Amino acid sequence: MKILVTVKRVPDPNASIKVKPDGTGIITDNLKYVVNPFDEIAIEEALRLKEKSGGAEVVLVSVGSKTAQEQLRTGLAMGADRAILVVAEQELDSLAVARIFHKLVQDEKADLVLLGKQAIDDDANQTGQMLAALLGWPQATFASKTDSLESEAEKSGTPGIQISGGAAKVVREVDGGLETLELPVPAVITVDLRLNVPRYASLPGIMKARKKELKELAIDSLGVDVKPKLKILRLDPPPKRQAGRKVGSVQELVQALHNEAKVI
Amino acid sequence: MTTPQDVREEIVSTVRRFVEREVMPVASELEHRNEYPHALVKRLKELGLFGATIPQEYGGLDLDVTTYAMVVEELCKGWMSLSGVLNTHLMLAFMLKTHGSDEQKRRYLPGMASGEHHGALCLTEPHAGSDVQRIRTTAVRRGDDYILNGSKMFITNARSATLYAIAAKTDNKIDPPYKGISMFVGEKGPGLSVGRDLEKLGYKGIETCEVHMEDYRVPLTNLLGGKEGQGFFHVMSGLEVGRINIAARAVGVASAAFHQAIRYAQQRETFGKPIAEHQAIQLKLADMATKIEAARLLTYAAADKKDRGERCDVEAGMAKLFSSETCLEVATEAMRILGGYGYTNEFPVERYYRDAPLMIIGEGTNEIQRLVIAKQLLQRHKI
Ligand SMILES: Cc1cc2nc3c(=O)[nH]c(=O)nc-3n(C[C@H](O)[C@H](O)[C@H](O)COP(=O)(O)OP(=O)(O)OC[C@H]3O[C@@H](n4cnc5c(N)ncnc54)[C@H](O)[C@@H]3O)c2cc1C
Repeated sequence: MKILVTVKRVPDPNASIKVKPDGTGIITDNLKYVVNPFDEIAIEEALRLKEKSGGAEVVLVSVGSKTAQEQLRTGLAMGADRAILVVAEQELDSLAVARIFHKLVQDEKADLVLLGKQAIDDDANQTGQMLAALLGWPQATFASKTDSLESEAEKSGTPGIQISGGAAKVVREVDGGLETLELPVPAVITVDLRLNVPRYASLPGIMKARKKELKELAIDSLGVDVKPKLKILRLDPPPKRQAGRKVGSVQELVQALHNEAKVI
Repeated sequence: MTTPQDVREEIVSTVRRFVEREVMPVASELEHRNEYPHALVKRLKELGLFGATIPQEYGGLDLDVTTYAMVVEELCKGWMSLSGVLNTHLMLAFMLKTHGSDEQKRRYLPGMASGEHHGALCLTEPHAGSDVQRIRTTAVRRGDDYILNGSKMFITNARSATLYAIAAKTDNKIDPPYKGISMFVGEKGPGLSVGRDLEKLGYKGIETCEVHMEDYRVPLTNLLGGKEGQGFFHVMSGLEVGRINIAARAVGVASAAFHQAIRYAQQRETFGKPIAEHQAIQLKLADMATKIEAARLLTYAAADKKDRGERCDVEAGMAKLFSSETCLEVATEAMRILGGYGYTNEFPVERYYRDAPLMIIGEGTNEIQRLVIAKQLLQRHKI
């Protein structure tokens, strides 16, 4: 089995993000970048599936600037086998990225594609869905699991996604509960936060990652239409948080939550 | 060998992440209970840190001194005792890789890299600290063994260790006395016993003990490098790295204290505004950060010199001296900024304040440091 996992370079979720005064983007000076946290969960799941099945190959794919090498190396240090970086210095929308992945999935003859359900920079939550449509493959979004993240199963590295007999069983997070799906493989699966706790690279893993293959492809060499269909008009920072209010008693708090905030 | 820049960054950021996620949330609690951090030590092994500076052919990471210093700094931002777990272990490994015979390296380094073996360093004695050549532990050759007798003091990791580097006198008459010191690598066994744990101001969670040797047998094959009288030289050769290590610790603890202070200063309000807007607090913050940056650069400069294969005793001494004094100062200033809360157990500043003084004493007191620096300077600038 060959598992393709997508890896996006995104600003550190712990960094405080500032929008440029003219609204054309964010200020990137001194900004730290990491692997999109949802993609990290996808890598972890792929590695667990590999460890359980014994025979899979885990290939990481990323589209972006040359600097995304760093994030691919992190994934390789976690244990992935090799990586492909499609070098693109221009801004790309979700559809363009999905088309590039489509091409890579075909070239690589992958059996399974794992993606984060969304990237934490633009929160679009559509690349996986678009990719499934382009491929004509079944999809399961928001993969999760019934075991808690403190359970023994989680600690022993049991995958949440089960694959056997040419089918994948996926527990999905839906409003107010969980839904279990079965879908034939090949398939596209996007992963949610509670699927697993990703390992981090061990230091020997980091040393080994340097010797693993990281192939770079020029975006023009793929023959894929990446013309943007979407234009970002402007970014605005969220409004400043309002000061809180002190209440005198529990009773008053309950009243306020019920009558004003209407949350209980 | 130098560690490539991208690998260095990745390693340091991995250690930073480990510290932020797994060490910071539990450090103060474990420290207050003076509890050995078994789970964290296991994680240090899993991460590969027990082999940090051990050559790759023996299963280690072979990190250069600069990367190692950065790793120590990150660990100490979380909890200094964790770097203490590694420190004496890697000092022993350093002596083995630098002076050990091939057979000794093959026998011990792989187990040390995986963490099966844990090393302790036994130099100091009750009456001989700075003055190493006055040690009284003796090693007498009998058949295929040396028989060791004597007591060691302040031995960090003594209880958890399985392997001990022990300085002992093989010749009591020779003048100067340091020529009579030999270094042994002894495994835990009959004749070697760990005495009481010393109660300490800080650096808790990790044990510092007395070690007693009564007719403790060490095979001839465990005399480091296979030659008597080389012990003092073995100790001296590790001093540069040892001092860089202490300097890096001090930079780590000082950074943690500063970080706590600058956050707190923006949250705490007095007289209608955050204290960070009072100029007196701003002056403190600026001085603290400037000194930490200078300490860090001195440390990296010494490490870089070592990595280039150059002698760096003066530079390492300056880094150790300046960083440890800076750390003590910054920890005190952080406590002032936190006011009454800094004096309580609710913030880690009190822990930094208690950990900081070790660095002005350990690995050569700062008085000795100044003497060594001055002596070398006078030689370099002799007219
Ligand atoms: C927590 C802790 C952990 C330790 N861990 C270890 C360990 O794992 N292994 C190990 O071998 N040792 C260890 N040590 C020992 C440490 O290295 C010694 O404490 C240190 O070398 C100082 O020696 P001393 O305590 O005997 O002080 P002394 O040598 O007695 O010094 C006392 C004072 O006299 C000053 N002084 C001494 N000589 C001179 C001089 N010529 N000129 C001017 N001033 C001088 C000193 O600077 C100091 O101020 C540890 C110590 C501590 C506190």
